[in-house]
Amino acid sequence: MIPQNLKYNESHEWARQEGDIATIGISDYAQSEIQDIVYVELPEIGTELTQKTEFGVIESVKAAFDLYAPVSGEVIEVNESLLDAPEQVNESPYDDGWFLKIRITDPSELDTLLDADSYQAHIEAEHA
Amino acid sequence: MKKTPLHQVHKTLNAKFTEFGGWEMPLQYSGIVKEHLTVRSTVGLFDLSHMGEFEIHGPGANELAQKLSTNDVGRLTDGRVLYTLFCNDTGGIVDDLLIYRHADNHYMLVVNAANIEKDLAWIETHNDTDAEVEDVSEDTALIALQGPKAIDMLNPFVPELDVSEISFFRFVVDEVAGIRTVISRTGYTGETGFELYIDANGAENLWHALYPAVIEAGGQPIGLGARDTLRLEAGLRLYGVDMNDDTNPYEAGLGRFVKSKNRQFIGKNALLAAKKRGIEKQIIGFQMLDRAVARAGYTVYQHGEQVGEVTSGAPSPSLKCNIGFALITSQTISEDDKIEIEIRGRRHPAKIVTVPFI
Repeated sequence: MIPQNLKYNESHEWARQEGDIATIGISDYAQSEIQDIVYVELPEIGTELTQKTEFGVIESVKAAFDLYAPVSGEVIEVNESLLDAPEQVNESPYDDGWFLKIRITDPSELDTLLDADSYQAHIEAEHA
Repeated sequence: MKKTPLHQVHKTLNAKFTEFGGWEMPLQYSGIVKEHLTVRSTVGLFDLSHMGEFEIHGPGANELAQKLSTNDVGRLTDGRVLYTLFCNDTGGIVDDLLIYRHADNHYMLVVNAANIEKDLAWIETHNDTDAEVEDVSEDTALIALQGPKAIDMLNPFVPELDVSEISFFRFVVDEVAGIRTVISRTGYTGETGFELYIDANGAENLWHALYPAVIEAGGQPIGLGARDTLRLEAGLRLYGVDMNDDTNPYEAGLGRFVKSKNRQFIGKNALLAAKKRGIEKQIIGFQMLDRAVARAGYTVYQHGEQVGEVTSGAPSPSLKCNIGFALITSQTISEDDKIEIEIRGRRHPAKIVTVPFI
């Protein structure tokens, strides 16, 4: 199931808005496609992210995958537990497997993201 | 893209596919790590029908095989398999392959899928004997069983024979599940196992016969993703990745497969000269000292100097650390020497380790 309360990048990152803070992760579909995540490389606190640009990398056994920011902002918290337990991204992509919390620069950027239904359609189109 | 006779079977099993050497092959079924660990603990079933097979027949067969091969084909007797290389005039590796001796006038060559046309042209160009060379790749399927349970699993399908009596790098021709098969005690995983060569028409029948027994033994089908991590852990080079036409056998760490005494073969003079000159670059095994993954093409540093690049790199599902091969110019290296590998602009610590990794 695709959570209704999140916004999605076409590149499969999600953003959960709470006030001026957004939590960022990747979707269940993305983790199931990537599989066996063994390494996550994330920016440091204070880094400025720009929407749709790379902010980190996840590695599976087979390959490395770039992560793209769903929304611009300053990194205020990093999920350090992923360094030792990156498999949390596979096991719990929407909860324990989150990557970053950022302070949103421009809330209107969230309106440019896909909602759950559009994201569902996007996955189906990509998989077809 | 070319497809193996088992393509539809893989689709039914919901495999994810990948392109490899011009072939559409199963990358994975349930997941690379799970498949990898299955081969290490029970048994895996592989479709390797993309591999190329040539038959060499006739009175010149031995002479032709000897002329092309760095390893001594004269050491083979009927029913034995030899790992060898073809080298060019400058000593570069044209391909690595297996040679099966059916008889003094009949050999089977098994070559890399991406090199079938190249190798066939190479052999025909250099064939000044009476031997006839036939590319039977299209007519031949290859199914492998690899893992500690492979012997027990295969035995019931070969009533005339105890397959445990086939020694490593030997083969017999017998019926498996009623299908005429070259049963070869070889593999590319570092595990006990067999490679089963059959007529392409029999591929589905053999697969369907073996499949339930594989599942019963706790095994499963295995894709090329796990095949790659299995061969890497076992320290086995992959042609086109860890070596190519510009790498000589000494650089690739395969010098023991060059036998120059009392025989002639293509590349011999260049290889003798290379051996005399000493190693200018060499393949080493490395293990990362942090969690970063080094991939093919990444730059390797030692004592702050750029010394080469990674040729193969991946997480090791068995060792739970990241390993790989690198081709480096360092002259003197020893185990535990520290190196650094640049990953996305940052240098990460690694150390040289002996291969096989497991």
